[in-house]
Amino acid sequence: MAHLKAALSRTLQLALVLWAVVTILFLMFRLMPGNPMAAYIDPTFTAEQQEALMAQFGLDKPLWEQYVIYLGNLLQGELGQSFRYREPVAERILALLPNTLILTFTSLIIAYAFGILAGAYLAWRRGSAVEKVAIPIVLTTRAMPEFWLGMVLLAIFSFWLGWFPAGGTRSAGSDYGGFWGLYTSPDFLAYLALPALTLAIYSQGLPLLLMRSNMLDVMKEDFVTMARIKGLSTWTVVVRHAARNALLPVMTSFAIAVGYQLQGNVVVETVFSWPGLGRELVRAVSASDYPLAQGAFLLIAVVVILMNLIADLLYSLLDPRVSHA
Amino acid sequence: MPELAIARSGLPTRLFRSLRLPLNDRFAVFGLLIYLVFVVTALFADQIAPYDPTEILYTEDYDLAADMRPGQEGFILGTTSLGRDVFSQLVYGTRSALLIGVTAAFMVALIGSLVGLVSGYFGGWTDAVLMRLADIAFGIPFLPFVIVLAAFLEPSIWNVVLAMALVLWRDTARVIRSQVLTLRSRGYVDAARVAGSSDAKIILRHIAPNILPLSFLYGSIAIGWAILTEASISFLGFGDPESISWGYMLQDAFASQALAKQAYYWFVPPGLCIILVVSAGFFITRGYENILFPKLGR
Repeated sequence: MAHLKAALSRTLQLALVLWAVVTILFLMFRLMPGNPMAAYIDPTFTAEQQEALMAQFGLDKPLWEQYVIYLGNLLQGELGQSFRYREPVAERILALLPNTLILTFTSLIIAYAFGILAGAYLAWRRGSAVEKVAIPIVLTTRAMPEFWLGMVLLAIFSFWLGWFPAGGTRSAGSDYGGFWGLYTSPDFLAYLALPALTLAIYSQGLPLLLMRSNMLDVMKEDFVTMARIKGLSTWTVVVRHAARNALLPVMTSFAIAVGYQLQGNVVVETVFSWPGLGRELVRAVSASDYPLAQGAFLLIAVVVILMNLIADLLYSLLDPRVSHA
Repeated sequence: MPELAIARSGLPTRLFRSLRLPLNDRFAVFGLLIYLVFVVTALFADQIAPYDPTEILYTEDYDLAADMRPGQEGFILGTTSLGRDVFSQLVYGTRSALLIGVTAAFMVALIGSLVGLVSGYFGGWTDAVLMRLADIAFGIPFLPFVIVLAAFLEPSIWNVVLAMALVLWRDTARVIRSQVLTLRSRGYVDAARVAGSSDAKIILRHIAPNILPLSFLYGSIAIGWAILTEASISFLGFGDPESISWGYMLQDAFASQALAKQAYYWFVPPGLCIILVVSAGFFITRGYENILFPKLGR
């Protein structure tokens, strides 16, 4: 019961955070310099379009009334018309979301698989020469600008060696027939390889360092000493006893990493011309397509907040020692 | 009498001591040395750089000196497609990097420490309100926020500093707050209170000095964040077109097809500089962790 109550109050808390972020966004776009209507109406829209949008978003009403209408529209998934595409923002960003999620999850799964194994290995080889070399290298990958890493990989593997295409998601004129056909085709995977590798190299540091320090903590615990005294093999002690327990916090960090990754995607998608949410946000802001920029930002924020919530809930679920004070 | 000597030393010395710079950690010293080299480069950029970073250069035959390879015609790191000297841009890039890094880090550490101090010391509804604000700041995706901010503000390097001050104080504030919570109940704080010290005096004299190293730690992480963020923002084309930064160089190189031209001399050095400065912050941080949390034993 205590769990359920804590989970509910945490959910409520994050719902309030989401509401606050939505409100900040509203104020930013309405109080910006210039015509307040510019947030939804492009001067090149036809008179009927302009009137329809005025009515839909109540742009001629006082600010508080606009705010109420804005919240109501949001709840119905209504985000306005994109200036550049002349189509509803919601449709546009939802169509781009799968590309961004595929890139994010592919790179994070690679990063976590590698990071967990390497982190456990480095904890086990504590104080060795391998560790002394590896840790500064890992810290260096955390200090890299992701887009720069993308540029270097692109210059080497695409422009010099010609192994991978330079950008986009598919060759011109190709047809894969359906969802799975696309995402398992060798052509698509070739496009996915470099951006996913770029993000994976950047992200592996977090699970690696976390896994390593958790392992070091767990290895000192009584039950590990006990397992050693029982005469179990090093492999059994390290993998079956220590690693399993060190893994929990690393797994919860996965949800947080998804949120962070969505931010890093913005630059990496731009480097690789990957048609995702982040690149669209950049292009919308450059072109002053305010409704689209607002929608893309909001969707990213929603995913970030949702991931924070999942991380919190997972953490208290997996580790019952966490108190709910 | 060493105790007396410490007590008599001036405020700058005491301040320096209370930072507890981790000078016995090899990594941290290495990081501090990198900082030193970059600061010196930034200060003497005019003397070090052979050309003005925005000047369009010509060869001796009066041709545009575009896309020169390193060493060609005496250009150390070659030239850009517009005939500008890459090495000079790199040298001047240290200026904007350090300017942004240091101001943003200062803002983040200052706001974060203040919020943490007030929140942890006073508790109650002050704490509740400030920590809910921190929750909201955690809900804002940082880089997208900077980009959206760039849509409304004039392109300037200060946008990054502003965005960091608005959002990134959250991490520092939470950590400082929990530290203050443990300090608040220490005996010497109670003693000061019984002796009639005001809240302000307790905070400034007895608590703040103890969290200073922690603020500095978060500040040195923030330097790296600021430089990386500025690079990303400039790379996306929302930076200040007037100022030469490493991010601007990378954007220029990317847009000028430097990748297809295999002009590594153009886009590799700025990236390496960013890595050096940012990892210097990490190395210093590690040195601090050994001092502040000796039990971690990393």
